[in-house]
Amino acid sequence: MNFMMWRLRLGVLAIALRSVRHHFLSSAITVLSVALASGLVMAVFAINTQTYNAFTGGPIGFDAVVGARGSQLQLVLNTVFHLETSPGNIPWDLYSGLESNPAVELAIPYAVGDNYEGFRIVGTTEEMFTRFEYQEGRRFQPQSGGRIFDSTQREAVIGSFVSERTGLVAGSQFTPYHGLIYDRQQQHDEEYTVTGVLEPTNSPSDRVVWIPIDGVFRMPGHVLRGAGGVYRAEEGIEIPDEYKEVSAVMLKLRSPQAGFMLDQAINRQGQAATLAWPIAHVMAELFEKIGWVVRILELVAYLVVAVAACSILASIYNTINERRREFAILRSLGARKSTVFSAIVLEASTIAALGVVWGYAIYGAILYGASIVVRAQTGVVLDIFRWDPILLVAPAAIVALGALAGIVPAFKAYSTDVATNLSPTT
Amino acid sequence: MEILEVTDLEKTYRSPDGEDHRVIDVPRFSMAAGEHMALRGASGSGKTTFLNLIAGILEPDGGDVTIDGQKISAMPENLRDRCRAANMGYVFQTFNLLQGYTALENVLLGMMFGPGADAARARLLLERVGLGNRMNYRPRQLSVGQQQRVAVARALANRPKIVLADEPTGNLDQALAAEAIRLIRGVCDENGAALLVVSHAPEVLEVFGRVEWLGDINRATRSRTVSGPRVASQ
Repeated sequence: MNFMMWRLRLGVLAIALRSVRHHFLSSAITVLSVALASGLVMAVFAINTQTYNAFTGGPIGFDAVVGARGSQLQLVLNTVFHLETSPGNIPWDLYSGLESNPAVELAIPYAVGDNYEGFRIVGTTEEMFTRFEYQEGRRFQPQSGGRIFDSTQREAVIGSFVSERTGLVAGSQFTPYHGLIYDRQQQHDEEYTVTGVLEPTNSPSDRVVWIPIDGVFRMPGHVLRGAGGVYRAEEGIEIPDEYKEVSAVMLKLRSPQAGFMLDQAINRQGQAATLAWPIAHVMAELFEKIGWVVRILELVAYLVVAVAACSILASIYNTINERRREFAILRSLGARKSTVFSAIVLEASTIAALGVVWGYAIYGAILYGASIVVRAQTGVVLDIFRWDPILLVAPAAIVALGALAGIVPAFKAYSTDVATNLSPTT
Repeated sequence: MEILEVTDLEKTYRSPDGEDHRVIDVPRFSMAAGEHMALRGASGSGKTTFLNLIAGILEPDGGDVTIDGQKISAMPENLRDRCRAANMGYVFQTFNLLQGYTALENVLLGMMFGPGADAARARLLLERVGLGNRMNYRPRQLSVGQQQRVAVARALANRPKIVLADEPTGNLDQALAAEAIRLIRGVCDENGAALLVVSHAPEVLEVFGRVEWLGDINRATRSRTVSGPRVASQ
């Protein structure tokens, strides 16, 4: 059986497909509008889901963050996602106390204040690479040929995205800029050597330049106020702990109970610092606050889908008058009214189905564009190929809606009077 | 054995000015299986309406149409469609081919709503009507005579018991008309189908053994002023 025979045996489908082909231009335009609608609605939901998951349950690795007294959200955005400004500093002894706290499995200091071409320079300890796991069993790992920095040297380890954008590689030298915003006038004098580029983690850490925390303390122009007064580090002289201060301390806790305990001690009874815990909860609150933006985007996507459904209805409805004779001929050949009705509904469904197939391409294009922007802004990587139920639900709903849109013209075709629309009477 | 029986068939149309005009009032009409007959009548006398009532395309206001023992006039629309596909072939004056489909597909479409598409038979019929080399041509790529042949092949595709032909030679010149009617009669004979042809072309009428004047069987036509010459039935 050749293809034509197969199509004809399908009967109603053959009629529907032939009509789509016969009205190629209007069908193609309608398919495009459905594809845009389908791609848009899938992209809105998928981007929302992926960003939500990345910010609330992505490869963070820490349970809590301790920083200056203030907003928990700002603290999390600053230390975990390397966004926003630091709310202030906390004294070194707070870090030391947390490090030796039996409820804390791992405490890593975090100090910011400089950037390289807009990428944040973070001062930390070697433990960030030797003990910290951003995902279970996965640590920040220098790519082959690289190594982590020596805490006593002016060395740096950079995230993969930093390397990609700045061209820095292992062995490159760079000079930091003061502040978190890139300003050519604010260049420091000291040179740092890149000892390694980290393997991509698809997390905000890919956008970070890591240097020894001592480097931040000793950066020219930096002052330490850990003891209340101003202390300037001097070359070759060890900095007393009481003068040191850090932007935050990132914590891995031994148990959820530890979180409750620290919350009680730092947030409720203490006055010096803020504990952001659990991090996912803090971020979820942010998404709740900006949830109305997402809902508006979803509403716009729904409206675009509705417009696409209307375009299906209009494109087929407009052809019905010119096709009345065709329906009458089919009826005169023995096609039942229900056959004509089904053919129109199927035609609408076919247009919608073709639309959603192309919609995947639109979805891919939107997600690709969005992933570039989101990665550049936050380091979070959107995965075009990540499964999301919306990728099935939206197309299925749109095809169903397309079929529904076909019902109006189908009724018009259904009511075609055969005798009136056949050849002129003698 | 009667393949077609019509009794007390009535059809009335309402004109735009609101007046009712009875177009068909046939007390009795019948055709035997395999019989060929021509029906003639003046323009506007209701010939097409009569054929459409027989085919079940129109619903009568009263009376019965029975095809091969099945009272098609009493059937609901969907069964009439099915009955038409199974028992009748219809050759229209303007052929009514579907423009988006090839000659072969037009024939196959006719089969699709009947017993099912049979490509071998569709090809055979197109070869029989001389279109073996035009099967994949669309109607607009065919001459008028060739389109008419496709319409004949389509009408016979489902092995109908009766073929209705409404002015099948109306768009053909005299020579082509004679050839076309020979073809229709020949193919109907081969398939054992009865043939009812509506025409007033002399070259058509002269080959039929039975020619009826619609006014003789239709009281509605008789009661109105009928124009045109009346030729004695053969």
